[in-house]
Amino acid sequence: MEKKQTPLGYISFSAFAWVVGLLIFFPIFWMVLTSFKSELEAVSIPPSFISFDWTLENYVEVQERSNYFKFAMNSVILAVGSTLVGLVFAVTCAWAMAFNPTKRTKDALLWMLSTKMMPPVGVLVPIYLMFRDWGLLDTRFGLIMVLFLMNLPIMVWMLYTYFKEIPTDILEAARMDGATLPKEIIFVLLPMALPGIASTMLLNVILAWNEAFWTLNLTTSDAAPLTAFIASYSSPEGLFWAKLSAASTLAVAPILVIGWFSQKQLVRGLTFGAVK
Amino acid sequence: MSTRASTLTGRIMSAPSIIVLFLWMAVPLGMTIYFSFLRYNLLSPGTEEWIGTLNYEFFLTDPAFFASLANTLLLVGSVLVITVIGGILLGLLLDQPIFGRGILRLLVIAPFFIMPTVNALVWKNLLMDPVSGMFAWLASLLGLPAIDWFTNAPLTSIIIMVSWQWLPFAVLILLTALQSLDRDQKEAAQMDGAGPVSIFFYITLPHLSRAITVVVLIETIFLLTVFAEIFVTTGGGPGLATTNIAFLVYTQALLQYDVGGASAGGIVAVILANIVAIFLIRLIGKNLDN
Repeated sequence: MEKKQTPLGYISFSAFAWVVGLLIFFPIFWMVLTSFKSELEAVSIPPSFISFDWTLENYVEVQERSNYFKFAMNSVILAVGSTLVGLVFAVTCAWAMAFNPTKRTKDALLWMLSTKMMPPVGVLVPIYLMFRDWGLLDTRFGLIMVLFLMNLPIMVWMLYTYFKEIPTDILEAARMDGATLPKEIIFVLLPMALPGIASTMLLNVILAWNEAFWTLNLTTSDAAPLTAFIASYSSPEGLFWAKLSAASTLAVAPILVIGWFSQKQLVRGLTFGAVK
Repeated sequence: MSTRASTLTGRIMSAPSIIVLFLWMAVPLGMTIYFSFLRYNLLSPGTEEWIGTLNYEFFLTDPAFFASLANTLLLVGSVLVITVIGGILLGLLLDQPIFGRGILRLLVIAPFFIMPTVNALVWKNLLMDPVSGMFAWLASLLGLPAIDWFTNAPLTSIIIMVSWQWLPFAVLILLTALQSLDRDQKEAAQMDGAGPVSIFFYITLPHLSRAITVVVLIETIFLLTVFAEIFVTTGGGPGLATTNIAFLVYTQALLQYDVGGASAGGIVAVILANIVAIFLIRLIGKNLDN
């Protein structure tokens, strides 16, 4: 197929694909561009594409007026915290399932998956009440727990599919040479498992960063991450487009970069190994 | 490998995850089921009493339930059609040798990484605003009246935003599946005189069927619970025009404090999701055996 394409076909396919691609990307491009405009230019008609006074004022004001940094820190703490806690649980669990499988391993994996299918509204009321009674509302600790539990099935699954690919012959060879279990894990397994662990972490950070059901319902200010901060711009008095754009650009930039780096692993994590 | 000792170690190592997940799901779900049979309002504490299936009768005969069920199905169905068809077309396009394919692919999958609240507010304001939005300006260039998206077509607006977010997911998965397609098979078909259309319908589409199923099932599970996009743009309105089941349960629980009614709604949502989940879990389970 590839050999047969004519130069004309190559050019027309490329041109068409780029037009479509740029259209899909346009909202993001427009958001970034608007973040460098003044509020007046942000709402001007016809919209200006290049010939406006580029300014960084919005970024400064987002920080000064609304303490953007606090929300960003919460996002980082929630995403990284839930990922690290999840990793401790998921690595041991996936390791056991991949290398010491029992008859029930498959059932356990599928059951874990089924918990992920549960719509959050099904447990919203009791979780909210428990959080209220235990003083966990609007705390980082409470949200880290929720995000960790929410993504645990995905982490176990993803690690499981990676661990499954590690050749067990090597483990047996290491055992024959007298490696103990801790040594086996640290010197044999871990180096081979690291790429899988790294991509699992990245996917989990993305999912936790963008999570917007629990973060909106269980936080108000102290533990509120960027999802909730951006949501506060939906109120009528908060309709400053340039500032909204600046805050949004800052909120999505890190995750966009991480996402771009891990696009291949993403397919695997989000389809539970069903598409490779 | 599976000596008794290693089996025991395996059990001990996998137990913590299974236990915490079990607690996380079973305890709240049990409580939701229990609450759904109570008259329980947060505004009048201490008056809880067992009322049997009354909450379900109220919830399932409430016109708001039918409106939100219809909205949920319309939202899920439309987004699925748009993203699957769009995903196949874009996947085929990106599978061609084109200039700067790597960078182009990054642009196309970018929307998937945008957090839902940013997605919703950028679309609502910068693009769809009837006065200063990009679409209003484009309409004026064409001499058309501007559309007040969120007043006149609120659900359509939500569908557009959510589709934009999920299209990259479909593209990513379908493209991965396309790249595993055996080129020899296609070439053999070409030698036998098959045109691009018949190659698509007799070779490509059957090869994609499994990936398409996965996309449909996984998207359905996430789309059934779309919340943030509605929360920050329409708040479920105007009227009930953009209220889906997830949002209805939220309003009953945290705005009307009707714990019993919201719990009944939550259980209905769980049952709906389970209908889809059964198929997905079977499919993935089969895959695990291979």
